[in-house]
Amino acid sequence: MTDVIKTDALIVGAGPVGLFAVFELGLLDMKCHLIDILDRPGGQCAELYPEKPIYDIPGWPLISAQGLVDKLIEQIHPFKPDFTYNRMVSSLQKLEDGSFRVTTDENEVFEAKVVVIAAGGGSFQPKRPPIPGIEAYEGKSVFYSVRRMEEFRGHDLVIVGGGDSALDWTLNLQPVARSVTLVHRRPEFRAAPDSVNKMYAMQEMKQLEFRVGQVSGLTGADGQLASATIKGGPDGDIEVPCTRMLPFFGLTMKLGPIAEWGLNLHENLIPVDTEKFQSSVPGIFAVGDINWYPGKLKLILSGFHEVALMAQAAKRIISPGERIVFQYTTSSTSLQKKLGVVE
Amino acid sequence: MTKLTFIAHDGTPFDVEAENGSTVMENAIRNAVPGIEAECGGACACATCHVYVDEAWTTEVGEPEAMEEDMLDFAYDVQPNSRLSCQIKVRDALDGLVVRVPARQG
Repeated sequence: MTDVIKTDALIVGAGPVGLFAVFELGLLDMKCHLIDILDRPGGQCAELYPEKPIYDIPGWPLISAQGLVDKLIEQIHPFKPDFTYNRMVSSLQKLEDGSFRVTTDENEVFEAKVVVIAAGGGSFQPKRPPIPGIEAYEGKSVFYSVRRMEEFRGHDLVIVGGGDSALDWTLNLQPVARSVTLVHRRPEFRAAPDSVNKMYAMQEMKQLEFRVGQVSGLTGADGQLASATIKGGPDGDIEVPCTRMLPFFGLTMKLGPIAEWGLNLHENLIPVDTEKFQSSVPGIFAVGDINWYPGKLKLILSGFHEVALMAQAAKRIISPGERIVFQYTTSSTSLQKKLGVVE
Repeated sequence: MTKLTFIAHDGTPFDVEAENGSTVMENAIRNAVPGIEAECGGACACATCHVYVDEAWTTEVGEPEAMEEDMLDFAYDVQPNSRLSCQIKVRDALDGLVVRVPARQG
């Protein structure tokens, strides 16, 4: 068994609200570990709209979504949170001493005194393209990411999409695969122009094939693909050999395994009280877009308020009996020491 | 006010009165039209407010801009009359506009 990672508060989701939870918990001396399915902090702000301006963060008449994430990272730096990226939480188990054991899809094991779910709209997962019957091939010959390039050696590979993932893997897997066909619904690409130029150059040299159109059907048996039909291109419907497929259609958000944690749910949201922002299971809190209570607004600023109150309740669980002195960062030397702004 | 009609995937029509300057997506959300998700809230960042513009209206509504075309790559079952409804602004000339909601949003 892998080593157990112990922390005070395990935060599921490193979006803006999860990040600010580190600050509020940190002021009350709680150590935090964040888990996120993305490869960097910021959640939707970083993944969906990093360059979009946000106008309703108090004190910031205008800040870009990525700018806000960067500022939050700077703000929580004194509390030295730990991050685990590219992981989805899977199971949760309550232990005898009242703490929680949480595992990830890569079998890491965490033990935390409280769990804070700040998972927004859910975890980002690859979008399934509209191809009839594709489910039967998923995980066997249709993959949504490349974990090991060797899995594609000697295969007739069809890559679908027009972004950087599609183009990068087209270029990287071309030397490994037996054949590569790139399919995109239009001749314009979102990917870096340099990759697109390289792809066209390789097409000129007949090292790969690029076809405009959409994959409309698959043939194969027992999860093993044999061919793919491409429609909408200049040559009409054509069938290409295909024993491996990599569709890259972006990401969508799903609640995922959290739904199996035994918490009460309300339309895929986690109902909480508005004093502690605690779920139906004591010690498991939900903050930000993923929670629900009467009057809930899915605003970043509401999430910030929620984590401040949640931290008070979490402190009472982690340090029972300890008196919590309410303090301001403007005047409290002890808080300022934690923030590293005074000696 | 400008009249818009959304036709849900099951064929149910939703007639709504829309204010000029608002987006077609906002009116779908305000009137709880099923099948329009608008996950990103209108930032042209998610392709979950995808609609098919009625053939009679495609010229008046116009073509998507480059950024919207990029996002449409992520939409489900894209057709030549596909648009993201957060990028269509309501105006007098669109009075009577009909859009159809696809089977699903991604």
